[in-house]
This record gives sequence, structure tokens and C-alpha cells, in this order.
Amino acid sequence: MPTVEQVGKLRVRREFRRRWLLSAPALLTILLAAVGPLAIVFLFSFMEKGDYGDVKYWHFSTDGWLSLIFERDPIDDTLGLASANVQIIWRSIKLSFLTTIFTAALGFPTAYVIATRSVRSRNTWLFLITIPFWTNLLIRTFAIQDLIRNEGLINLTLRKLGLIDAPLQLLFTDGAVLAGLTYVYFPLMVLPIYASLEKLDMRLVEAGYDLYASRLQVLRHIILPHAAPGLIAGSILVFIPSIGAYVTPRVLGGGKNMMLGNLIEQQFGQARDWPFGSALSIALLVVVTLALLVYVRNASRGSGSHHGR
Amino acid sequence: MAVRAPFSVRNQPGFVAIAAICMFALYLPICTYVSYAFNSSGTGNGWEGFTLKWFGIAWQNREIQDAAWRSLQIAVVAATAATIMATLAAVATTRTAPYRGLTLKYVLINQPLIVPEIVTAVALLIFFARIKVWTDYSGMGYLFIAHTAFCIPFAYLPIRARLEGMDLTLETAASDLYANGWQTFREVTLPLLWPGIIAGYMLAFVISLDDVVITDFIKSGGQDTLPTFMLGQIRRSISPELNAAATGFLALSVLAVTVFYLINRKRN
Repeated sequence: MPTVEQVGKLRVRREFRRRWLLSAPALLTILLAAVGPLAIVFLFSFMEKGDYGDVKYWHFSTDGWLSLIFERDPIDDTLGLASANVQIIWRSIKLSFLTTIFTAALGFPTAYVIATRSVRSRNTWLFLITIPFWTNLLIRTFAIQDLIRNEGLINLTLRKLGLIDAPLQLLFTDGAVLAGLTYVYFPLMVLPIYASLEKLDMRLVEAGYDLYASRLQVLRHIILPHAAPGLIAGSILVFIPSIGAYVTPRVLGGGKNMMLGNLIEQQFGQARDWPFGSALSIALLVVVTLALLVYVRNASRGSGSHHGR
Repeated sequence: MAVRAPFSVRNQPGFVAIAAICMFALYLPICTYVSYAFNSSGTGNGWEGFTLKWFGIAWQNREIQDAAWRSLQIAVVAATAATIMATLAAVATTRTAPYRGLTLKYVLINQPLIVPEIVTAVALLIFFARIKVWTDYSGMGYLFIAHTAFCIPFAYLPIRARLEGMDLTLETAASDLYANGWQTFREVTLPLLWPGIIAGYMLAFVISLDDVVITDFIKSGGQDTLPTFMLGQIRRSISPELNAAATGFLALSVLAVTVFYLINRKRN
């Protein structure tokens, strides 16, 4: 006869196995079509580059990683700074930071306005913010392209108003990429800030005014500290897809204003330098993962008290 | 207009203006883009009257038709597979005391959300290229499995949220009445879970429909979806029939998101 304790243990073990079995299909699919291939990329980043793409299997080399910053001189084999690559990496970082700042500067007031409406209209506003976010990123990017191209609505309007004679070259500039990224990831900033502000008791704001705080003081000492977790979360949520952006710089930046994503693509396309492309991918993944860790820490702290200073 | 209150927390100077401009800017590009699909002028320079002819032309364009059809096919297969797997996984990872491997499961399931699309795309390109050489198979299977994988977390999240909001008493009651595990799941859990499942399916469907980067990297020749086809047309001048096709897809996405939104709102 099994004892009660044994029966209990058996049940726990069966339950444990059941839970693994149930999650197996999802886990296996992701292992096969997401995690596993990443491991290959990691391996490839340490191999020698093949002559026509691909890599030389099990010929290890750190060239892929060195190419992030250096390039080998074809004649005397010395290492010099790879200015083209560094420039692209720098542009990616710069544009992602600027996108974060722009979305925050625009997203904070928007979130505040939404958070101070009645519950009913809040939902409508939120819905209006979310709709573009869930619609095709490529279509939204094309829409921006349509707007800013030389014969687009903006140039057309400016010309009709007589402000310019010749169309402004807006498309295929860094500014176009920045505008596109800001446009595309704006909702990712608004939603978390809104979530933070929604919890702010507006009576605190009123109390601040009643105690003769100026508008600026109330903003600085009451509203912003409460919005901070949302601002941080939003910043990370915007920064992550911006730094890995591929479609937006390709459509709006053209060939000249590449970002990291395009540089990676190039290595697997025309440049045929798979180890370098792999190293870039892993580097990008590391940056994103670090940003996410900050996000998770912020999120778990944000649920506690956040009384600023 | 009513007399304005001297003070209201709702008014920060300039905030309403910024918010209004943002909302306007959010919709202006999309509306302009969609308007080209209804504009009889083929060049997009100025409005020359309303027409539906571009939809007809797009409908008859073999390439667009094929691409659109392929997009839908992939989205249906991937969303269905992802939703089933995500439902099972959600049941296995909610309403339980933490057990060994639970965190690992969370990380794995959410992995496609974490990794930048371009990195996944490159990884799959390398991996599938090898498999294509070994097996000589270059069908749609690669696209199906890749889409399923990155749709899983999107299907998983709403289903899990729904499960966590459900209380266990009904299921406990069912098993007290001698229902076995499967019966309890089918008769009690599943009916309560439906809204979450539909919401998850909608998200997965939209995400699959919208994907361009991963698809573009792993597709074989002649496997364009509508987004990759559009990306391929990047250098061409404006083509209203493409706008029309894209407008159709936008409508589909908006519809799916609206269903998702309505389900969520009812829950709250």
C-alpha cells in the first residue's frame, strides 16, 4: 500500500510532467525557429568568412568581431579604424536616442491629456493611439514616404503657399529616418506613460496648486515623479526597436543613411561577410537585452512606491 | 461657451495643443496614403475625384493577388498553430505555485519579443539555407514555422492574462463532480477562456500579416507576401493599385484590432 505521502508525491510529479508536456509544442517551436538559429549565429560570428558568403566551418577567427570597429588594410594587414561601420553604428545610436527623446517630449503631454479625460473618452483616445500601432509598419512607413517625397503633400503645400520654389529634399535624409521612427514608435511611449499617470491621484496636483506651487513646480515635483516609471519604460520600449530598425531606414533613409539593421542585412547580401554580420547581430542582441533588464528592474520597482527623491 | 474655471488639473499650458497635433500627425500620413487608393489621379499629385477602379485593377493584378493570398494563408496557418500552442502553454504556466523551469518557460515563450526582428531574420536565413541544401525542400513550410514561432508570445499574453483572472473554484467543483482533466478543460475552462483565445488569435493574425523583415529574408523565389512585394516595389514611383491592396490589408488589421479591443473592454 502506498502511503498518503507517496500518493501526494506521485501527484505532484504527474502534475509537473503534465505541465511540461502541455508547454512542449510552443517551446519546441520557439527553440527550433528562434533560439536554436541564434546559437548558430553566435557560432558563426567566431568563424572565418567564406569566399562567396557563408563561413569556413570550424575555422575559428575573431575577424567578425574585430570588424565592428576595425578594418584590415588589404596591403600591409594592419588594423585601422573602420570609419564607415563606426559611422553607421554611431548613427544608429544617435537616431535611437533622438527618437526616444522626441517620442518622450511629444508622448508625455499626450499621455497627460488622455489621463485627465473622463474614463469614457480615455478609452477612445487610447484606442485611437493603438490602432496605428497595430497596422502594418511597412504601410505606415510608406505613408510617411508619400508625405515627404518631393511631390508629396508637404512639399506641395509649401509650394502652394509660396514658401518655397523648389521642393525640399526631405526623403533619404537622417531627418526622414528620425521622423519615421518617431512616428512609428510614438504609441510605445504614450501607453506606458499613460499607465503611470492614470494612477496619479489628481487631488495631489490640486493640493499642490492650493499650496501656492506654480505650474512648473507642480509639474516638476508632483506630476513628473509619478510619470517617471512610465517614462523610463516607454523610453526603453522605444529605444529597443529603434536601434534594431530595418524597414524604416531602408524606406526613408535610402542606401546612404543606413542603420545597424541595414548593415547587418548588407553582410548577408552584397558584402558576403557572414561572420561580421553575425557579430553585429549578437552585439545588437546584447544591447537590447541589457536595455530590457533595466526595463524589468524598473517595472518590478515601479509597482512599489515611487515618491520621487 | 461656459465660463472657464480659474484652475483645472486638466489644463497644462500647451499640452492639449501638443496632443491634438500628435493625433493629427498620427493619422495624416495614413489617411493621405489611403486617399491615393480612391484618387482617380494615377500620379498622386492633387485630387482628381473619387474612384474605386484601383481596387479592381489591384484585384486583377496577378502578382498582387498571389502575394495577398499567400499573406492570408500564412497568417491563418501561423495564427491557428500559435494560438493552439499558446493556449496549452498558458494552461501549463498559470495558476500554479512556481515550479522548476517556470521562469525558463516564460523567457523562452517571450524570446521572439525580445530579439530584434533583423537578428531573428538573419538567424533563420542561415539556418534554413542549410536545411534547404540538405533536404532540397523549399516550400512554404519555412514561412509557416517561422511565423508560428514569433506569433506564439502574442497569442500567449492575452490568453495568460485571461486565465489568471479566472478563479479556480469552478474547475475544482468540476473535478469534485468526477469530471476528468480533459472534461474539466473542455466543459469549464475552455468556454471561460474563449475571449482570451480569440484576442490572442487576432493579435497573432495581425502580427503575421504585418511581418516583412523575417519573411523577406527566408522566403524562396516566388514566395512574396504582400508586405515583401511592397518592399520590393520601393524604388518604383507611386502606384495606386498597390495603395489599394495595402488599404484592403489595413482594413483587415483594423478590423482584427477592433475585435481584440472590444473583447478586452468587455472583460474590464
